Amino acid sequence: MTTSISVRDLWKVYGPNPERIVGSPDALLSRSELRRKTGCTAAVRDVSFDVAEGEVFVVMGLSGSGKSTLVRCMTRLVEPTAGSVSIQGEDILHADASRLREIRRSKFSMVFQHFGLLPHRRVVDNVAFGLEINGMRRDQRHARAQEVIELVGLQGYEQAYPAQLSGGMQQRVGLARALASDPAVMFFDEPFSALDPLIRRDMQTEVIRLHNEVGKTMVFITHDIHEALRLGDRIAIMRDGGIVQVGTPEELIAQPADDYVANFVLDFPKSHVLTLRWIARPATSDDELRGPELPATMVVRDAARTILDAAGPVRVVDGGQLIGVVSTEEVLAVIAGVHA
Amino acid sequence: MPRLRNLGRGWILTASIVVFVVFRTVWSGHWNFPLDRATLTPFHTWLGSLMDSVDANRTSNPLMANIVEVLRTAISNFVTMLQQLISEPAPNASYPFIGWLGVIAIVGWVVYATANWRVALLAMVGFYAFGALGFWTESMDTLALVIASVVIALLIGIPLGVLAGLFPRVEQVLTPFLDFAQVMPTFVYLMPVALFFLIGPASATIVTLIYAVPPALRITAVAIREVPIVTVEAGTSLGTTRWQLLRKVQLPQAKRTIVVGVNQTIMAALSMVTIAALIDAPGLGQVVVSSLQKLDVGTSFQAGLAIVVMAIVLDRATTAAAERVERESTGHESRRQWRRPLLAVGFVGVLIAVYLSHTYLVAAQFQGEGSIGVPIANATQTAADWVQLHWGAATSAYTDWVSTWFLNPLQNALVNAPWFVTAAVVLVWACTFGGRRLALVAAGLIAVLVGTGLWSDSMVTLAATFFAAAITVIIGVLLGAWMGRSTIVDRIVRPVLDAGQVLPAFVYLVPFLGLFGATRFTAILAAVVYAAPASVKLIADGVRGVPETIREAAVSAGASTWQQIVKVELPTARHAIALATNQGLIYVLAMVVVGGLVGAGGLGYLVVAGFAQSSLRGKGMAAGLAIVVLGILIDRITQAASRPRERAEIGATH
Ligand SMILES: Nc1ncnc2c1ncn2[C@@H]1O[C@H](COP(=O)(O)OP(=O)(O)O)[C@@H](O)[C@H]1O
Ligand SMILES: [Mg+2]
Repeated sequence: MTTSISVRDLWKVYGPNPERIVGSPDALLSRSELRRKTGCTAAVRDVSFDVAEGEVFVVMGLSGSGKSTLVRCMTRLVEPTAGSVSIQGEDILHADASRLREIRRSKFSMVFQHFGLLPHRRVVDNVAFGLEINGMRRDQRHARAQEVIELVGLQGYEQAYPAQLSGGMQQRVGLARALASDPAVMFFDEPFSALDPLIRRDMQTEVIRLHNEVGKTMVFITHDIHEALRLGDRIAIMRDGGIVQVGTPEELIAQPADDYVANFVLDFPKSHVLTLRWIARPATSDDELRGPELPATMVVRDAARTILDAAGPVRVVDGGQLIGVVSTEEVLAVIAGVHA
Repeated sequence: MPRLRNLGRGWILTASIVVFVVFRTVWSGHWNFPLDRATLTPFHTWLGSLMDSVDANRTSNPLMANIVEVLRTAISNFVTMLQQLISEPAPNASYPFIGWLGVIAIVGWVVYATANWRVALLAMVGFYAFGALGFWTESMDTLALVIASVVIALLIGIPLGVLAGLFPRVEQVLTPFLDFAQVMPTFVYLMPVALFFLIGPASATIVTLIYAVPPALRITAVAIREVPIVTVEAGTSLGTTRWQLLRKVQLPQAKRTIVVGVNQTIMAALSMVTIAALIDAPGLGQVVVSSLQKLDVGTSFQAGLAIVVMAIVLDRATTAAAERVERESTGHESRRQWRRPLLAVGFVGVLIAVYLSHTYLVAAQFQGEGSIGVPIANATQTAADWVQLHWGAATSAYTDWVSTWFLNPLQNALVNAPWFVTAAVVLVWACTFGGRRLALVAAGLIAVLVGTGLWSDSMVTLAATFFAAAITVIIGVLLGAWMGRSTIVDRIVRPVLDAGQVLPAFVYLVPFLGLFGATRFTAILAAVVYAAPASVKLIADGVRGVPETIREAAVSAGASTWQQIVKVELPTARHAIALATNQGLIYVLAMVVVGGLVGAGGLGYLVVAGFAQSSLRGKGMAAGLAIVVLGILIDRITQAASRPRERAEIGATH
C-alpha cells in the first residue's frame, strides 16, 4: 500500500511567540499547564501519522481536542507552528502561495461542518465554483458539475439556492463541490454534526457509497464514535491536541490504550466490530474440537448464531491454522459488554 | 487598609460634588474667566490673523495653490455639473438640462429598478411635492449636493472599508480618525473647512464627506468581517487567489450590508448638506437657516417639510433597495417575467420625458410651484402666532419655572465656580473611571479649554448639555424600559424613533422655535428630541436583552413589576444605560451648539457670530475648538464610566 498522506511532528500553538514553545521543556507540559505558564494554547501537539492511498482515516475526539486545527494545518488554512505534512509525496508546508493554490485546486478538497456554501450562488454554480476559479469554461464546468450533482443524488436541484435546501441536501452540495475537481484526497471536518441523526446516517451511507465508487483517500473528522467506527478503516483518537491511539475499529475496542479511549467505546455494541480473533481462547484438553469451524475475521455478531447453536466450542481458524476456540460464554460476554 | 481603594464610586462622586458646591459658594465669581461677547483674547486675535493669512496666501502658497485649490475646483466643477443637469441653468441656457418632468421620470424608473413600484410611486409623489411645496430648485440643489457627496463618500469609504475589513492593521489606523469625526459636533468643522476651501458647494461637499465617509467605511468593514468564516475557508480550500476570494466570496455576501451602509451615508449626507447652508451650500438648508434667523416659523416649516420629504424618500428607496438585494441574492425574489420588458418600456418613457423636459417650458419649469407650500407656510405661521399669543404666557411661565429651579442654578454653579475647582472635580471623575491615564488626558484637554479663553461660555454650553442630556436619559429609561418589556409598545414606538433618526438635525429646531421663540429652550428641546431616539433604543435593547432566566428568577421570588424593573432589569441593563448616557451627551452637545442659530448662548452662538462677522471669526474658531474639547472630554469620561468594572477587585481583598 502506498502512503498518501504523511504527517510528522506537527504542532500548532496559538498565543504570543508560539515558536519558542516547540522543542523547549515547556513542550512537555500539559495543555492547561502550558496555558497557565506561557499564555499559549497548544491546539495540536506533536502529531504524527500516515494515511494510505484509498484509506478512510478518521480523527475523533471531544470538542476542543484540536481536530479542526489538525485538518486545517494539513490543508494550510491554518499555518502550523512546526512539523511537516506531505500529501501525494509533496511537501505542503513549503509550498509557496501559488503552488499551494495549485495543490488546492487539483489535489485535495474539503467538506465543512457548516457547509460553507455561497448563499448568492445557485447549486450548480456552488458545485462548479472550484472549477470556475481554476478558469474552466462555463459550459465545461457546468457539464462536470452536472456529473457530480448526479453522483450525490441532487439532480433536479441545480437551479435552487442553498437557502432553499434542507441541511442534508446542502451538505450534498458541499460534497459535490469537493468532488468536482476530482481530487486525490478529501478532508471532512465534522461534515454531518449539524444534521439530524437520521439524515446523518443517510449521509454516512452516502460517503461509504462514494468511497466505494470513487475510491479516494479520505480524512474524516468527527466527535461521534459511531460515525468513526462506521466509516473508518483506521481511527486516530485525539485528546488535548495529541493523538492518544491510532488503530482499526477492532483494535480500539479490543485494546483501548487508556481509560479515555475505553470510555469512548464503552457504549458501542462490541459484537458489531470485534472479530472472533479477539475473543478466541486457547483450546484446552477438555474442549471437544469436533464442532464447526469459523474464520478468525468473522464479526462476533455474525458468528453468534452458529456458536450458540453448536453443542461444544467452535474452532477459530486463520488461514487454515487453528488459533483457538470460542464457546457460548465468550460470545455472551461480548454481547453483554463485559469483555475487557 | 485594603478597603480604602474599594471605596464606592458613588461615595467619591458625591464627595466631589459636595466639595464643589462648598468651594463654588465660597469663591463664587472668582477665577472664572468671564468674557464679554465682543471682547477678544490675544489667542482669538492671533487665530483671526492666522485665518487672514490663509486667505491672503491662497494663490501664492504652493500647498494651497496646488492641492487645496485643485481639489476645490474639481469638486466645485463636479457639483456645478450636477446642478446644471437638474437645478441651475448653465450660463448660456435659461433652464437646467433636465426639467422637473424628466427628473421625476428618472427617479421613478431608478427606484423601480433598484427597489419596487410602491416605493417608486412614493418617490415620484415626493419629488412632485418638492415643487408643490415651492422649492423645486432648492430641492434639486440639495439633491445635487447629496449626490456629489455620496458618490465621493462611497468612492472613498467602500474601498477603505474593504481594506479595513480585510486587514485589522488598517482598521487600527483608521479607527481613531473615524471616532474623532463622529464625536466631533458637525457644526465645528464648517469654519475650518470653509477657511481653506472657501464658502460654497466645494466646502459643503467636503464637510459632508467628513460626516458621511465614516458610516460608509465602518459598515463596509463590518460587512466584510461578518462574512461567515467557513465560506472564506471553503473558498480558500478550493484554491482562490486573494482577489477571487474578495470578488466571488466576500463582496457578494457583504453586498446587502454595504447597501445598508449606502443608506446611512445618504442620510448622513442629507443631514450635513442642510447644515452646510451656514457656509453657503445652496439648497433647502439655506431657506431654513435664513428663515430661522428671521424667526420666520412659516417658511422654515415649509422648507423643513421639504427636507423631511426628501429624507423619507431617500431612506425608503435605499432601504427597499437593500431588501431587494437581500431577496434576490438568496433566491427568495422570484424574478417576475414582465419586469424586464416593463423596465425597457419605462426606459423609453424616461427618455421621452427627459426630451420633453429639455424642450418644452411646461415640462422644464415646475408648474404651480408652491401651490401647497404657501398655504402650509401661512397656516403654520398663523398657528405659531396664535400659540405665541395665547400660550405665550403659559410657556414662558413654564420656562421660567424650569429656569429658576433647574437650569439657572446649574448654569450659575458651573459659570461662577473658579475654573480650578471645576477642573479638579473633572480630574477626580476621570481618575475614578479611567485611572491615571484618563486623568492625564483630561488635564490636557482642560488646559486647552482654558487656553481658548472661553471657559465661561463653555460652562454655559455644558450646563445646557447636562440639562438636555439628563432629560434625554430620563426619557430613555422610562420609554426604553417600557419598550423593552412590551413588544407591542416596541413595535409602535420604534418606527417613530427610526424616522426621527433619519431627519436632518436642523429641522428639529423649527417646531420648538414656534413654541418657545428664540430662547435656549428651543435649542435644549430640539437637542432632546434629536438625541432621544438613540438613547431610547439603546436602553430598550438593553432591557430586552436581560436574560429570561434572570427575569423568571425574580418573578418566582415574588418580585412585583416595579421591583422587577428597578431591582432586576435596569441594573442588569446598566451597561446599556451608561452607553445611552454617553450617546445622549454627544448628540445633545452637537445639537445644543446648533441652537446658537436661534438665540441659545454659549459656544454655539460664538460659532454662528464668527460666520456672520469677520472680526469675530478668530473667536468663532476658538469656540469650535472648545466644543471639540468638550466633546472629547465628555465622550472619554462617560465611555470609561460605562465600561464594566474589573471583577478582580472583589476577589482581591480576600
Ligand atoms: N484561532 C485560535 N486562536 C486561539 N485558540 C484557538 C484558535 N482556534 C482554536 N483554538 C483552540 O485550540 C483548541 C482546539 O480547537 P479545535 O481545533 O477547534 O478543536 P475541535 O475541532 O476538536 O473542537 C481549542 O482549545 C481552541 O480553543
Ligand atoms: Mg472542530
